[in-house]
Amino acid sequence: MTAITVRPSSRVAGGTAAGLGTAVLYLSLIVLIPLAAVVWRSADEGPGYFWRSVTTPDAWAALTLTVGASALVALVNLVVGTVIAWVLVRDRFPGRGVLDTIIDLPFALPTIVAGLVLLALYGPQSPLGVNLAYSRAGVVLALLFVTLPFVVRTVQPVLLELDTEMEQAAASLGASPFQTFRRVILPNLIPAMLSGTALAFTRAIAEFGSTVLISGNLPFKTQVAAVNIFSQIEGDNTTGAAAISTVLLVVALVALITLDVLQRWGSRRG
Amino acid sequence: MAIEVRDVNKSFGTTPVLRDVSLDVAAGSLTALLGPSGGGKSTLLRVIAGLERPDTGTVRISGVDATRLSPQRRNVGFVFQHYAAFKHLSVFRNVAFGLEIRKRPKDEIRKRVMELLELVHLEKLADRYPSQLSGGQRQRMALARALAVEPQVLLLDEPFGALDAQVRKELRTWLRRLHDEVHVTTVFVTHDQEEAIEVADTIVVLAGGEVVQAGSPGEVYDNPANPFVMRFLGPVTEIGGSLVRPHDVEISPDPVEGGAPAVISRVVRLGFEVRVEVEIGGHEAWVQVTREQADRLGLGPGDTVHVRPAPGARSLALAV
Repeated sequence: MTAITVRPSSRVAGGTAAGLGTAVLYLSLIVLIPLAAVVWRSADEGPGYFWRSVTTPDAWAALTLTVGASALVALVNLVVGTVIAWVLVRDRFPGRGVLDTIIDLPFALPTIVAGLVLLALYGPQSPLGVNLAYSRAGVVLALLFVTLPFVVRTVQPVLLELDTEMEQAAASLGASPFQTFRRVILPNLIPAMLSGTALAFTRAIAEFGSTVLISGNLPFKTQVAAVNIFSQIEGDNTTGAAAISTVLLVVALVALITLDVLQRWGSRRG
Repeated sequence: MAIEVRDVNKSFGTTPVLRDVSLDVAAGSLTALLGPSGGGKSTLLRVIAGLERPDTGTVRISGVDATRLSPQRRNVGFVFQHYAAFKHLSVFRNVAFGLEIRKRPKDEIRKRVMELLELVHLEKLADRYPSQLSGGQRQRMALARALAVEPQVLLLDEPFGALDAQVRKELRTWLRRLHDEVHVTTVFVTHDQEEAIEVADTIVVLAGGEVVQAGSPGEVYDNPANPFVMRFLGPVTEIGGSLVRPHDVEISPDPVEGGAPAVISRVVRLGFEVRVEVEIGGHEAWVQVTREQADRLGLGPGDTVHVRPAPGARSLALAV
């Protein structure tokens, strides 16, 4: 249990400084500067214009649809993703390896291909007789498809590492299987479940490729925010596009921070 | 009897791990299940706790047939080799776990937990998390947690196996004292014969999935049922076709009745004892003598001496 690593302290300090410098520089170039540019651009025409851009009926409808559908998708993922991770880790059944591989498919597939597949399966010519094309249900379906791996892949390693003797100890102390799950397993999984959910949510609000075909992009009905931004750019309204982007950015940030706070609170409380 | 195990068989796949094991543990006793690894001792302990289900046979705890009871309903305290601490709970909440499950009033829980933490000397660390404790502290916490629910029997699976030698010795003595205070029927698994002899009042030797011998430490040490037990419980050497404890061998410079001539090959001084390595008719043996004896006899390499088992010494004839 006690691993002792001896490293010359000066090298650690030097290494840390160089590593930190690289990380900050990289983050700045790849993430922070482009994001700052978008935010900067959105304020080009003043706060009044910003507000009008995001509250035009079509932009507002796209934003609320996107945030609402993403929240729903994140919640479904929280539950189903955890169940799938559980089955993959704890159950033994033929085809488990195949299932384990399939989980990553939505992630590996180009999202536009995912859109094509969904349209073929649940579109007007659906072989299953289920037509979700041009409906909000279609949008939700597409988002569920592309966000499937996040919770599964964050919960799975934690579950693998979880000490099963903890569960046996709980049982010998009189806990029922449900009490053991609720008091021992769940608290250990919640941090991973929440970070997976946060990833799924933020991925969903940014989704473009998979929704663009099945949703039909009907303004006020099925157009998601990313598509709305694209149409604003096509209409030469880059400032408006930047404004909507900024709103998405803020929503994503708030979601990440909220879940992080929840995690800390949860780990303290147990 | 606090625990009665009758004719228990258990296999993992096609490998038998327990064969017709029967065992009685007296109420209030401190029993060691001793044996080499793979001998079935941990499996037997887990069968008693309900963490494994026997293929055949019965387990009775305090007179009640517990064979089909889940661990949840056995009221058995279990301590794991690797602590099985609830990582997400403080020391206090770890110990309180069983009481919270039983929905005891908050005040009562607080009082009982603090009593137990004092008993295991962790009262100052109640708000720490298991990751902030040393191995020995974690194991004491696990013990307090198991004792909190006032179990009918306390089962410890290699409780000191993951600790370093110094802490292990401390905890041994401490477990013995704790048992004298708490009096709960205790069974612990160990592969360390010294630990078993020092701590337990009954030793059950398990090997190859079978109970080889059961008795007090003195009985098992002095009257081993077979050469395996004799070898497992302490040092042995072979003289004249019998197994003898090296401290039960007489050595003298002159021929003695029943003695065998031997040539000293090495004399090793190990502080309080001296280990004399000899060759008797082509095979090696050794004799443990005191420093005083060694000096008086002036033993040195190359000397010819005569050795024989001391009169009254326990020895086991080896089948040739």
